[in-house]
Amino acid sequence: MKKPLFATLLGGVLGIFDGLTALFTPEVRSQIVGIVIGSTIKGLLTGVIIGFFATRVRSLVVGTIFGLAVGAFFAYLILLANPGHALNIMLPGSLVGVIVGYAAQRHQS
Amino acid sequence: MISEPALDRLWAMFRAPDLAGTRYELLSELGRGGMGVVYLARDTALDREVALKIVDRVDGGAETARTADTRADAVRALGHEARILAQLEHPGIVPVHDFGELPDGRAYYAMKRVRGDRLDRWLAAGRDVAARLAVFLRVCDAVAFAHAHGVVHRDLKPENVMVGEFGEVLVLDWGIAQLPARVAEGRGGESIAGTPEYMAPEQARGDLEVDHRADVYALGGVLQSMSEGPALAAIARKARAPLPAARYQSVQALAADVQRFLAGRAVGAHRERIVDRLVRVGRRYRLPILLVLTYLAVRMLLLWLARI
Repeated sequence: MKKPLFATLLGGVLGIFDGLTALFTPEVRSQIVGIVIGSTIKGLLTGVIIGFFATRVRSLVVGTIFGLAVGAFFAYLILLANPGHALNIMLPGSLVGVIVGYAAQRHQS
Repeated sequence: MISEPALDRLWAMFRAPDLAGTRYELLSELGRGGMGVVYLARDTALDREVALKIVDRVDGGAETARTADTRADAVRALGHEARILAQLEHPGIVPVHDFGELPDGRAYYAMKRVRGDRLDRWLAAGRDVAARLAVFLRVCDAVAFAHAHGVVHRDLKPENVMVGEFGEVLVLDWGIAQLPARVAEGRGGESIAGTPEYMAPEQARGDLEVDHRADVYALGGVLQSMSEGPALAAIARKARAPLPAARYQSVQALAADVQRFLAGRAVGAHRERIVDRLVRVGRRYRLPILLVLTYLAVRMLLLWLARI
């Protein structure tokens, strides 16, 4: 499996789980479908960008930091649209970026 | 009274080939096979070590009609082996440098001196399965190349494979290798040669229809000696099916199944249970599964922290 496809799939899967954790927050539970779709798309986009970056740059440290930056950037965009949940949005989004960035570098095509 | 070691030395001196008049200088004996003896020699023209395979002396006495015939057969066979090797230029097949006749009439050929271990000894040193299978696949490459040139080895076994100091893998001893055309003409079945443990049933029976699938059978034996686990055992079993039609139909097909095993994919020869499949998929995707679980654990921790 090529790095971009691997990273995209991993980002998408983590995005689904990320969205589903909103079930634990009662005040947003009614919007779960929109949240899951949104976070999945965010995860996929994060994965695509990180996956292509990993084909150009072969460095575990740089790849992981780049993943963190991409994940944090997309999480920040979500935060701008939903102010007030900084910890619940920024931390998981950044974590997805770190994980996908690390995995994309470790994955052998 | 002459002591036994002294007798042995005398006998060795008698058996040692006379290389006078050739470009080679005898250094030592490397090994002895059914057809000839392999010596380590120095090629004085190019100042390098080579391996010289020389037809062995038939016996110690005077030449009779029977020994003359035997020697003529051995000379023919050695020439046949040298010509086959000369046709097969491949990194996995030991190259022949020279072919000729010694002053005493014995034929010889010079080949690359391979430094390293025989596969059986290399395996005995304890290697991980990936390293073992990597060597096996290199053997398959060389044998598939020979098959593509119409040559069947007919005596594949770990003792006929050398693993070099730098990881090179060379298939040796093409002494009974056969061109299928010759077998079909009926001359290939005149004698049964090979190693029983690795010999395909049709080869052991002396059938005329021995083809490349006899090598598939032998490679199954080699794989059996270097593998573990149900999937690899199933591959070896399929390669060693008694009927040629039930085996892998080519060395490439056998190698492809081994490669699928190495890549963590399902192998064609083995129907796995659901539990085995889950374990295999889990191993193959270990990294992403671990990362997803790590993510979930951290996410749960964050949610728990947000609540307290």
